[in-house]
Amino acid sequence: MSVAALLGALELGLVYAVMALGVFISFRTLNTPDLTVDGSFVLGAAVAAVLISGGGNPYLAILAAFAAGFLAGCVTALLNTKLGIQPLLAGILVMLALYSVNLRIMDGKANIPLIDKPSLYHLFSSLLPEGIDSLACAFLVIVLIVFLLYLFLQTRLGFALRATGDNETMVRASGIDSNKMKLLGLALSNGLVAAAGSMIAQYQSYADVGMGLGMVVIGLASVIIGEVVFGARPLWRRLAAVVLGSVLYRIVIAIALDLGMPATDLKLISAVIVTVALSAGSVRKMLARQAQRLPGK
Amino acid sequence: MITIEHLSKRFHVGTADEKVAVDDVSLHLEQGEFVTVIGSNGAGKSTLLNCIAGVYEADTGRIILDGTDITAMPEYRRSRWIGRVFQDPHMGTAYDMTIEENLAIAYSKNKPLNLARGIRRGEREFFRERLAVLGLGLEDRLQDKVGQLSGGQRQALTLLMATIVRPKLLLLDEHTASLDPVTADKVLQLTTEMVAESKLTTFMVTHNLQDALTAGTRTIMMDKGRIILELAGPEREGMSVEELIALFAAKSGTQLRTDRMLLQ
Repeated sequence: MSVAALLGALELGLVYAVMALGVFISFRTLNTPDLTVDGSFVLGAAVAAVLISGGGNPYLAILAAFAAGFLAGCVTALLNTKLGIQPLLAGILVMLALYSVNLRIMDGKANIPLIDKPSLYHLFSSLLPEGIDSLACAFLVIVLIVFLLYLFLQTRLGFALRATGDNETMVRASGIDSNKMKLLGLALSNGLVAAAGSMIAQYQSYADVGMGLGMVVIGLASVIIGEVVFGARPLWRRLAAVVLGSVLYRIVIAIALDLGMPATDLKLISAVIVTVALSAGSVRKMLARQAQRLPGK
Repeated sequence: MITIEHLSKRFHVGTADEKVAVDDVSLHLEQGEFVTVIGSNGAGKSTLLNCIAGVYEADTGRIILDGTDITAMPEYRRSRWIGRVFQDPHMGTAYDMTIEENLAIAYSKNKPLNLARGIRRGEREFFRERLAVLGLGLEDRLQDKVGQLSGGQRQALTLLMATIVRPKLLLLDEHTASLDPVTADKVLQLTTEMVAESKLTTFMVTHNLQDALTAGTRTIMMDKGRIILELAGPEREGMSVEELIALFAAKSGTQLRTDRMLLQ
């Protein structure tokens, strides 16, 4: 694998890490895999693409995407807490609904090109050589987001959010409305995911209505790979692990492509990676049990 | 401190499984009173406690806590004034968070939920002092995750969390039932010390008849959702477990029976 390909994987990993951190909030902090992500990612990209192609500021477009994703997360949470729909199903419903919403935002077009439009990743283009400038940008953005998330998770509100995923009974017994925490968590999670979508649209210079497919699985893969390889304690390390997991995932994919695997097989690889990572615990237990049985016990 | 008036709670209403769990119960606890509650399985002890805690909404009747009608108040809102320890040691704490983070959540019960630092300067020292009182060495493990603690340590921590902001009412739902006898004794001893220290109004459901007689100031017996007997004063002090069992049989017409009743 060439250095250029490795740098490319690093950059892509850093860019997608924003999305992975969003998935981390729902999957690890709230303890629910939220499928809204596949829709809210495109939602962010769509909002940003429409704004930027209309002459809008790329930074404001990211904020607008965050707000749109935040609302989408609220809808999923309300379907769950107010209407009693299971979290997984609530996510699927909103994801499906967002497909139509996204097409409406994109004015019925499946693809909006952003070639030669202003982009977040051109911030340093006058200072740094091409290729390095976007990498520096991606790095700066992820450091900032990890730092803010780290601070947030150490606040009183952050504690309440983390405890909600651990033990709702304890949260309610502590005088905290656990439903409100779920709302906040899913809103923040999807806000981050949508912001990531808007950044990817700028990064690759287009928004596509199908670009969210399997996004939640990629996010989960990043979170789990990060935990397995880099550990989960203390909190700052846990957040950094998500980012590194996202980078590692992209490197694995780059290697697979390098080995001549067709790009259309990538979703299959993602699914296999997550399956292996999720089943590692129970497989290990199974093996341990068998090992116990074998030596004449 | 707490007054319960004609409280009833039925489950599976309108089906063949309809069951009256709590049947027209009235009860009053003075400030500082420590009531122990016993009864067979399905007698309604835990349902009554969960109605007070707000886990279940009562069908009829009223619950008044220190002058406030909390009958229809959501569980999380009335939790501001109520401390709880559960039978399952996993229920009272967040396992993936540290001891100090758990205590901080309990300690900010009546503070606004905002972006203030979760653990402020000085609070750590306060938590350390309070943990030292438990005598379990937890004061040196503030940054350990609660998931690493034993059941007894968790129950002691939950007890501390339930009382670290002085509650108007402390609800204990068979909180020593899943512990080994030595640990159960230790946790009960901590409970009585903490209740005495802060003069807490306490409602303790227990399966241990000896504990029911030794701890607290009053004992209530429940059967089929009703309170069938109340013991207090000299009558209670002179009572043995055997006499208590006989009294139950006479009052209810059945044997006092639970799946893990302790007689010693």
